Amino acid sequence: MADATHGLGGLKYDPAKRTRAPEWNVFGALVLIVLIFEILNRLNGGSFLFNTRDNVDAIFNQQRLDIMILQVAIIGIIALGVTQVIIIGGIDLSSGSVVGATAMIVMSFAQTATVNGNPNPKAIFGDWAMDLPVIVPIAVGLACGLFAGLVNGLLVAYTRIPPFIATLGMMVSARGAARWWSNGQPVSFPTESYGSLANGDLLGGMTFGLLSWQGQNPAVVFVILAVLFHLIMTYTLYGKRSYAIGSNEAAARMSGINVDRHKVLVYAIAGMLAAVAAVLLTSKNLTAQAGMGVMYELDAIAMAVIGGVSLAGGRGSIIGTVLGAAIFSVIISGFTSIRLDAYYQEMVKGAIIVGAVVLDQWRQRRRVRG
Amino acid sequence: MSKIILETRGLTKRYGGVHALEDADFVLHEGEHVAVVGDNGAGKSTFVRQVTAVEQRTAGEILFDGQPVNFAGPLEAREAGIETVFQTLALADDLDVPSNLFLGRELFKFRLGPFSWLDRKAMRERTLEALKTTAVKIPNVDNPIRNMSGGQRQCVSIARTAAFASKLVIMDEPTAALGVQETAQVENIIRGLKDRGVPLILISHNLRQVFDLVDRIVVFRRGRIVASLRRDETDGNDIVSYITGVKGGQDAA
Ligand SMILES: Nc1ncnc2c1ncn2[C@@H]1O[C@H](COP(=O)(O)OP(=O)(O)OP(=O)(O)O)[C@@H](O)[C@H]1O
Ligand SMILES: [Mg+2]
Repeated sequence: MADATHGLGGLKYDPAKRTRAPEWNVFGALVLIVLIFEILNRLNGGSFLFNTRDNVDAIFNQQRLDIMILQVAIIGIIALGVTQVIIIGGIDLSSGSVVGATAMIVMSFAQTATVNGNPNPKAIFGDWAMDLPVIVPIAVGLACGLFAGLVNGLLVAYTRIPPFIATLGMMVSARGAARWWSNGQPVSFPTESYGSLANGDLLGGMTFGLLSWQGQNPAVVFVILAVLFHLIMTYTLYGKRSYAIGSNEAAARMSGINVDRHKVLVYAIAGMLAAVAAVLLTSKNLTAQAGMGVMYELDAIAMAVIGGVSLAGGRGSIIGTVLGAAIFSVIISGFTSIRLDAYYQEMVKGAIIVGAVVLDQWRQRRRVRG
Repeated sequence: MSKIILETRGLTKRYGGVHALEDADFVLHEGEHVAVVGDNGAGKSTFVRQVTAVEQRTAGEILFDGQPVNFAGPLEAREAGIETVFQTLALADDLDVPSNLFLGRELFKFRLGPFSWLDRKAMRERTLEALKTTAVKIPNVDNPIRNMSGGQRQCVSIARTAAFASKLVIMDEPTAALGVQETAQVENIIRGLKDRGVPLILISHNLRQVFDLVDRIVVFRRGRIVASLRRDETDGNDIVSYITGVKGGQDAA
C-alpha cells in the first residue's frame, strides 16, 4: 500500500506522512517562551534558567524552581479535572472556591489537640479537639470535593442549565461556605502527620541532579495524577466517552452513551481533584484561610486552554494541559525574573488567556474552511 | 408470505401542534428491501426516529421480530438488531474511524465500569476489515474524522451500519451528499445486504436509485403513508403523483 490513493476523489495519499500531534506546538511554545525570558534576563546581565548569583554550583535556579513547581502542582492538579470538564464541553468555575471551602473543613479535622502542651487555641471543635489519624481529614476533604462536584454535575446534566451558570453558583456558594465555616477566621495548627503530607518526602528526598523533590510532594502527586488521568483519558472507555460527548453530544446519545451520568462522573472527579489540591495546599501552609484558592479556577482553565484544550469541547489532552501548566508557570516566574510589576503581570496574564482562546477559535475556523 | 420483521400500527408523532407522523401502518418482511419516499418534511425521518427510539412516539405500536417493543433509547434498538444511518450524521468529529465505528459498543481488554480498558488494536483491525468488505477507502483511519470530506464521513457511517448489520438496516438518505462513484459504492453495499438477506428501509429522494434497489416503495405525504407499491407494479410517474398528492387523495388543505 505504498502508493495508496485517497479512495474517494482518488487523491494521492502518502501514509508515511502523518499529522503532527498538536501537543508538539504547545511544547514548541514552551521552549520559545523559556528562550525569550533567558534572553531578556541576559540583557540585564542575569539568567532565567541558570543561577548566576551566590550558589555557583547550582545550574538551575533552585528557589525559583521550587516555587514554580509548587504553584504548578497545586493549580495543575485542579487543571487536570478542569481539562476533563472542558473536553466534555463544559466549564468549571467553582474549583477555586471548592478549594477554599474544602481547605477550611479539612483543616478543622486535621487540627492537633495540643500546641506546646496547651490546648489548641484555634481548635474549631473546642474541647472535642483530638489528633485524628491523617486519613480522616483526607477522607473528609475528598468527600467535600465529591459533594461539590456531584452538585455541579447533577445541575448541568439534569436541569440543563449552562455549565457556566451552574458552576458560577457553586463558586459563590462554596466561597460563602468557606467564610461561614469559622466566621472568616483562619484554621491552623494541624497534626504533624498532616503537615508532612505536603512537606515530607514521598520519594525519600530523591534528587535528579539539582532538581530536588524534597518537600515537593504536591509535585509528586501532580505527576502521579497526571499520568493516571492521561492513561484514563487515552485508553479507557471513560476517555472515549468524554471526547465523544464533547465533540458531538447528540451522536454520543444516539450511540447509547448515558451522557448525563457521564457528565456527573466527570464533574465529580473534577471536584475531588480540587479537594486534593486543597489538602496539599493546607498541608503545605499549615493553615487554612477562607480566601484560599481565589482565582485558581481561572488559572486552571488558562493552563488547559494554553495547553490546547478547546473550549468548544472534544479536543485537548492531559499532556497538553501539563505543558500548558509549565508554560503558565514559566511566564509567571519569568515576569518575576525580569522584575515586572505584579499589576502588569496580571494584566499580561489576562491577555495571554484571551490570546489562547483567540488562537483556539482561529484554529477551529481554519478547520471548518478546511 | 414470509415472516414480518418490522410492523408499525397507528404510529403517531406530534411535536406540539405539528403532526409530523400520523397513523402510520407499515410492514417490512424478512429479507425485503423497502424504500420510503416523500417530499421534504413529509415525516420520513420522523418515522425513523420513532422506530429507532431516538424519540418516544406519541401513540401507536411497534412490533419487531414479532414482539411488541418499547425501546427506551437508540442503544436498545441497536442491541435488538436495528442498525441505522441517521440523516444527521451520528459521528463524533474528534474521534478517529475505529472509535466512531465502535462508539457505544467498544471492545475491551478488561472491564472495570467506566474505566474499562479499550482494546484499541482489535477495534482498529475490525475497522479495517469492515472497510474492506464494504470497499470504503479511507486514507488514514487513525485521523479524526473532522478532516474528512462529507462523502468519506458518510461512508464511515454506512460502513458502521453495514459492518454491524444483523436484523434490520435503516438508511436515511445515505447518498444525499455523495458523488457518482461513492453513490455507486453505497448502492453496492446495499446490494450486499440484499444478498445476505438483511432487510432494509432506505429513505431516498433519488427515484432512479429506488427503482434500482428495492422491492417495494412506500410513499409518505404530510405525515401519512399514502401508498405502498411493489416496484414491478408501479413506475416513476406513478410515484411522483403520490408524492405530490395528485393521487392518493386527502389533499383537502
Ligand atoms: N423536533 C421537532 N420539533 C418540531 N417539529 C419537528 C421536529 N422534528 C421534525 N419536525 C417537523 O416534522 C415534519 C417532518 O420532518 P421530517 O424530518 O420527518 O421530514 P423528512 O420527511 O425527513 O424530510 P426531508 O426529506 O427533508 O429529510 C417537518 O415539518 C418538521 O419541521
Ligand atoms: Mg429527513
